[in-house]
Amino acid sequence: MTSKVAIYILGIIPFIGGLGFLPAVNKVTPYVLGMPFLFFWMVLWTVLITCILGIIYKIDPANKEGDSE
Amino acid sequence: MTIALVIIFGFLLIALYLGIKARKGREMDLDQWAVGGRGFSALFVFLLIAGEANTTFTFLGGSGWAYGNGGPAAYMIIYLPLATLLTYWFAPAVWRYAKKHQLVSQPDFFASKYNSKNLGILTAVIGAVSMFPYFILQLKGLGIIVSVASYGAISSNAAILIGAVSMSIYVMISGIHGSAWTAALKDIMIFFIVLFLGIYLPIHYYGGIQPMFEVVDAAKPGFLTIPDKGLSISWFISASFLSAIGGLAWPHLFGPIFSSKSEKDIRRSTIMRPIYSLMLLFVFFVGFTAILQVPGLKGAQMDSALLHLSLKTFDPWFIGVIGAAGLLTALVPGSLLLTSICTSLSKNVYQALVPSASNTSVLHLAKYLVPVISLVAAFITIYGGNDIVTLLLVGYGFAAQLLPPLVFSLFKKNILTKYGAAIGMIAGVITVAYTTVTNATIGTMFPAFPQAIKDLDVGIVALILNVVVSIIISLVAGGIASLKDKKAAAKTA
Repeated sequence: MTSKVAIYILGIIPFIGGLGFLPAVNKVTPYVLGMPFLFFWMVLWTVLITCILGIIYKIDPANKEGDSE
Repeated sequence: MTIALVIIFGFLLIALYLGIKARKGREMDLDQWAVGGRGFSALFVFLLIAGEANTTFTFLGGSGWAYGNGGPAAYMIIYLPLATLLTYWFAPAVWRYAKKHQLVSQPDFFASKYNSKNLGILTAVIGAVSMFPYFILQLKGLGIIVSVASYGAISSNAAILIGAVSMSIYVMISGIHGSAWTAALKDIMIFFIVLFLGIYLPIHYYGGIQPMFEVVDAAKPGFLTIPDKGLSISWFISASFLSAIGGLAWPHLFGPIFSSKSEKDIRRSTIMRPIYSLMLLFVFFVGFTAILQVPGLKGAQMDSALLHLSLKTFDPWFIGVIGAAGLLTALVPGSLLLTSICTSLSKNVYQALVPSASNTSVLHLAKYLVPVISLVAAFITIYGGNDIVTLLLVGYGFAAQLLPPLVFSLFKKNILTKYGAAIGMIAGVITVAYTTVTNATIGTMFPAFPQAIKDLDVGIVALILNVVVSIIISLVAGGIASLKDKKAAAKTA
């Protein structure tokens, strides 16, 4: 049951991270990887969402019990 | 000039060949045609859903948005990954139910969940009305790309007709199998081309990506951030959120979801999609590079920023490759939209009205509808003028109205009744039509509200109204029903 809760929490994090800090990240400098900071922030969260989905997929009990067909 | 033409036609033939060959001697029943017999692996599901997300609109509209709006365009980077995250839970739940009840279309889902053929008809109509402009937009994009890339040798109208006919041929023969195979070719091509353009063009004109941004920032201070008013932070959040949840409701995404062979394959297909959607970032780099290199594009012209900059930079053979990639980006989502429109109309409108119709005749009708819908769309694209953009906005708004009854139906106890769901959706649809046609925003409707609320995406109004109306109607209708039950019980007692 705990991993069920964990995957929901993991699922909410990107919404808060990607959209919750906009006033603070809405700026051009510092440039990161050649991008204005705002764009870097969105790219960062995009990459993090893939990582988070990977973790969720690994720990989600639904994927362990084979296929519940 | 001819070399570009040869390359574009070459790729069209390859796509046609793959699209037709995809059938592989299979017996095509409705299930195979519309949802691939529910046998696709994670890779194909990934290709289909990603293929749908990266349309000609991404290619053209993405660079146009960066060119015209700057900072606010960043919302397009984040909303697809957020939508993907929601898909992880949403799609397997939808798949499980669809598999159990052998559903082939989104209206099937509504009809079955709410046990109402009429709701199936209503959602088939709403779905078809939202997908049709989206399909037209693919043809329009195809026309622009091919005519520009062939240096005018093929007129935009001819390109639209050729595209519509090719799509019809392989969709009629292979259904969703054809989309899956052409998607594979398209995604490999578009991936490398976009990556190349996004890196090469800034280096070619400015010596790098950061120098390019620095020049743009110096020329247009504040352009690369989100402004205080209009496309402000509250707009950014509401638009990202609305697009993320609205994206779940598109009817033509149900085909790819149903086509998966297991829940696990759907979940696996989500993992790499956020990274893959970063392709859009490179489209943006092209748009930003174009700002000072091909200045002065206005309105719909901005959508050709990528093409104009490419024409200025590259040899004809490479323009041909870009044109071929553009052609494929229209064919894949276009073919999925076609399959989905025709399946819904045939299965959920025709068979609902003529219950004696067999599944074979439903499939036949769906196939015959393919060239009809496709050619009607081609003619509207050619003769329709610029109101198509308005239509598309209406389409997006309409599709989002399908979401509340969909999500409610996934809960263990659905509080919505079929009447509640229907009237809620109709209320939402009318609101969308009204706000789009009158260009209303929350600011114009409620001038006294604070700026942060005025800037919210206007789509929220229709969605909230939809939810509120459907809950009220469901409760009232439920109340009346239980009253009747009590009276009936009292009579028998």
